[in-house]
Amino acid sequence: MATKHSRSAARLMMAPAVILLLGWMLVPLTMTLYFSFKRYLPMRGGDQGWVGFENYVRFVTSTAFWPSVQATLIIVGSVLVITVAFGVLLALLLDQPMWGQGIVRILVIAPFFVMPTVSALVWKNMFMDPVNGLFAHLWKFFGAAPIEWLSQASLTSIVIIVSWQWLPFATLILLTAIQSLDSEQLEAAEMDGAPPLSRFGFIILPHLARAITIVVLIQTIFLLAIFAEIFVTTQGSFGTRTLTYLIYQRVLESQNVGLGSAGGIYAVILANIVAIFLMRIVGKNLDA
Amino acid sequence: MHLRTVLCTASALAFVAAAANAQTTITIATVNNGDMIRMQGLTDDFTSKHPDIAVEWVTLEENVLRQRVTQDIATGGGQFDVMTIGMYETPIWAKNGWLVPLDDLGEDYDAEDILPAMRAGLSHDGTLYAAPFYGESSMVMYRTDLMEAAGLEMPEAPTWEFIGEAARAMTDKDNEIYGICLRGKAGWGENMAFITTVANSFGARWFDEDWKPQLDTPAWKEAVTFYNDLLADAGPPGASTNGFNENLALFQQGKCGMWIDATVAASFVTNPNDSTVADKVGFALAPDTGKGKRANWLWAWALAVPAGSDATDEAKAFIEWATSKDYLALVAENEGWANVPPGSRTSLYENPEYQKVPFAAMTLQSINAADPSNPTVDPVPYVGIQYVAIPEWAGIGTSAGQEFSAMVAGQQSVDEALEKAQSLVAEEMEAAGY
Amino acid sequence: MARAVTQKRKMINTALAWTIGLLIFFPILWTILTSFKTEATAIADPPVFLFFDWTLENYSVVQERSNYMQFLWNSIIIAGGSTILGVIIAVPAAWSMAFVPSRRTKDILLWMLSTKMLPAVGVLYPIYLLFIELGLLDTRVGLTVVLMLINLPIIVWMLYTYFREIPGEILEAARMDGAGLREEILYVLTPMAVPGIASTLLLNFILAWNEAFWTLNLTAAKAAPLTAFIASYSSPEGLFYAKLSAASTMAIAPILILGWFSQKQLVRGLTFGAVK
Repeated sequence: MATKHSRSAARLMMAPAVILLLGWMLVPLTMTLYFSFKRYLPMRGGDQGWVGFENYVRFVTSTAFWPSVQATLIIVGSVLVITVAFGVLLALLLDQPMWGQGIVRILVIAPFFVMPTVSALVWKNMFMDPVNGLFAHLWKFFGAAPIEWLSQASLTSIVIIVSWQWLPFATLILLTAIQSLDSEQLEAAEMDGAPPLSRFGFIILPHLARAITIVVLIQTIFLLAIFAEIFVTTQGSFGTRTLTYLIYQRVLESQNVGLGSAGGIYAVILANIVAIFLMRIVGKNLDA
Repeated sequence: MHLRTVLCTASALAFVAAAANAQTTITIATVNNGDMIRMQGLTDDFTSKHPDIAVEWVTLEENVLRQRVTQDIATGGGQFDVMTIGMYETPIWAKNGWLVPLDDLGEDYDAEDILPAMRAGLSHDGTLYAAPFYGESSMVMYRTDLMEAAGLEMPEAPTWEFIGEAARAMTDKDNEIYGICLRGKAGWGENMAFITTVANSFGARWFDEDWKPQLDTPAWKEAVTFYNDLLADAGPPGASTNGFNENLALFQQGKCGMWIDATVAASFVTNPNDSTVADKVGFALAPDTGKGKRANWLWAWALAVPAGSDATDEAKAFIEWATSKDYLALVAENEGWANVPPGSRTSLYENPEYQKVPFAAMTLQSINAADPSNPTVDPVPYVGIQYVAIPEWAGIGTSAGQEFSAMVAGQQSVDEALEKAQSLVAEEMEAAGY
Repeated sequence: MARAVTQKRKMINTALAWTIGLLIFFPILWTILTSFKTEATAIADPPVFLFFDWTLENYSVVQERSNYMQFLWNSIIIAGGSTILGVIIAVPAAWSMAFVPSRRTKDILLWMLSTKMLPAVGVLYPIYLLFIELGLLDTRVGLTVVLMLINLPIIVWMLYTYFREIPGEILEAARMDGAGLREEILYVLTPMAVPGIASTLLLNFILAWNEAFWTLNLTAAKAAPLTAFIASYSSPEGLFYAKLSAASTMAIAPILILGWFSQKQLVRGLTFGAVK
């Protein structure tokens, strides 16, 4: 009866959000596409005409391109694995009865509130510095030679910093999911003598599947775009030049807007490949 | 028509009223270096002399600042009225018409007093486009006590051979004393500034007269091998991530035997408030190999007015104040002569008070030894000692710097680093249309 | 017997959880402690943990150099404004997706999320030019709008998942009683969704507060928030750990305190529909 009426009302109500996002997507995208087919060098007088696909070819054939895709995928992948694995374990632990649960939870989620620039600065200077950093002191205390984190273990360092920032987020979502688990079911399984490991594998993990996919989806969106952590720590040296950082170098350091824009389009494509892949999984889970 | 007249009158009146009451606000973008922070602290002196001008500061870390001002000036954003830029940017931006010429600063400003090397580097076609706030060359700073303990004596103009020998002799890794601290952090203004000066002194050059990259030449290999070996034998851990600031901290903590870097560092390492080795520092000219070029650079942090500014006169008034002789006297009065921004004016070095400062003479000598228009042993088509004054340099320098940084970290050999640097420089130059 | 085992387990759990919790929190704790040290103590070897002469000097140095309150105020306005604006726009959209779903609802939702994947660095140049045209550079309005757009997909998604958990029967009952669309949203739906809306506000406030690319690149002096404040302390000359720590503490303290006070709220709603 009211269906038709509410349908058009629904469209109307969705309109502002959809139109705004459409604008936010299309306007910069169109401008980026426009620049990507141009030879555009602000330092050399700006627009120097159309060049077809030259920027696209040049960006992909550059020696820095494939390593940057690889670095991007390694960072995103490692952080996802670490935050999900530790997030599940931590969520399981926090779900157990204990004293001071509230305070522990506060401690665990704290890193999520720290801005990326600050966390990168703190980790870089106060922990990973090979002379004055706390890690160096710790290593020396045990008689080992301090690790030069940001150069010798550059990718690992970035992964540590980023994982530290995102672990709280994963833990929180997974914890809420675990808490919603039917405890009777677990108790029944315990009564039946199912060992902890199979209780985890057959009851808890399937229950968490949905939460895990959501953690993966949201984190991927944010992780593909990480910038501050690299800008502050390694500036893209030592194999930490991600696709985002490579584009930054092209646009702002080399001041080659055309080339950088072509890179931006590649990044959109990469993000969408990842997105389609993820959304297949999430979409399936959202139906379930 | 009638309405329009009324409106025009009203707005004209409003304008007059506004001009009478309100101040003009200028926005100044600057680096978070010690001298600039001091300038920020002295803003009151300026505003008391110019009550009609209000000042807003945007103080950013060097890399962030560079990115912000470049972005703004290239797009004509007009966010800043005064920008802190370097000797590298000035001629390129001036050529693009992005800067307001500074040829009409007041009589008592005495532009002729600016050190000739600085004036030349900050001019385009003979017109000054940025006024030097402070200028620097590079030189050797060393620990007199450690040098003595090693049984060596630093000559006033050392060779690289001596530096290498002394660095290895001073190193005592068990006690965290490293013979030499050098820049290793990737960046055209970080490790590449230093490596380029080493290369110049070993007879290498970035490009030949036809703009062909020269990193595959034996001179480059010799220079880079020397640098790499020196850091490996006598450098601090993590040298590949050390820039100016990191090395300064190390030197102040007494962990470096020698440090070859900007002459401005002299006032920081001899300042007893910050430095644990303030009374044990000696200075010498940057080293050479006897090929005729010393490894010292020339740089200035200068203040410029972007063409998009809507408060050009006020911005110029600020620059006149900040780079004047009076400003130097003001700092001297407040903080002592050793903390005056160095390297910008001839009169400063003629001042008997300033001549008492231990590093004054060596700084001037180093600045005078640098010649940006003739930086290398073999002829080159470019200007600039530790940089190449072309728009592509920032990108090239930083990408190449990352290869050398990875080399210092032990992730690749000298040959690999040079080979990669050569090909990426060729790539970028081709993309830029050379 | 069984009771003893549980007690023992509880003790082990407690010890383990506290150890891990403190480890995760340690970098923040260490930063806060260091901010009260002198520069020399900050790099002391071996490191000093608690027993040093506490000093507020670093805070006064930082405050002297930059007007903290102005940065703080800008952060509050921009993060708060963008979040509230985002929720106002997202509530109707999420409502219609949740209660009048069509075949394309899910596609629209996923498309919205995918707009977040546009790499910011790639579009900086166009956006900067656009901002110049519109006169929005270094304005709070400009930044508020940009951050709103960036977080809008997340806001819509979060609200959508909360709304979907509200049983449709309640709405039908309201309709039977003659409630119109507006009454339905205002008096029935919103009160039920308050916890969800609250945690949406919180999460997006945090995300907007911590956004460090646009806030840094589109501002100069007037609209610069705390992310720009911290950018002037990242590598000053000489020893700077203590000052860096003080500036860092000042940058994260407001949001950390807010987060702690509201963590129950935040946790309750932070499900993204993961729990059914």
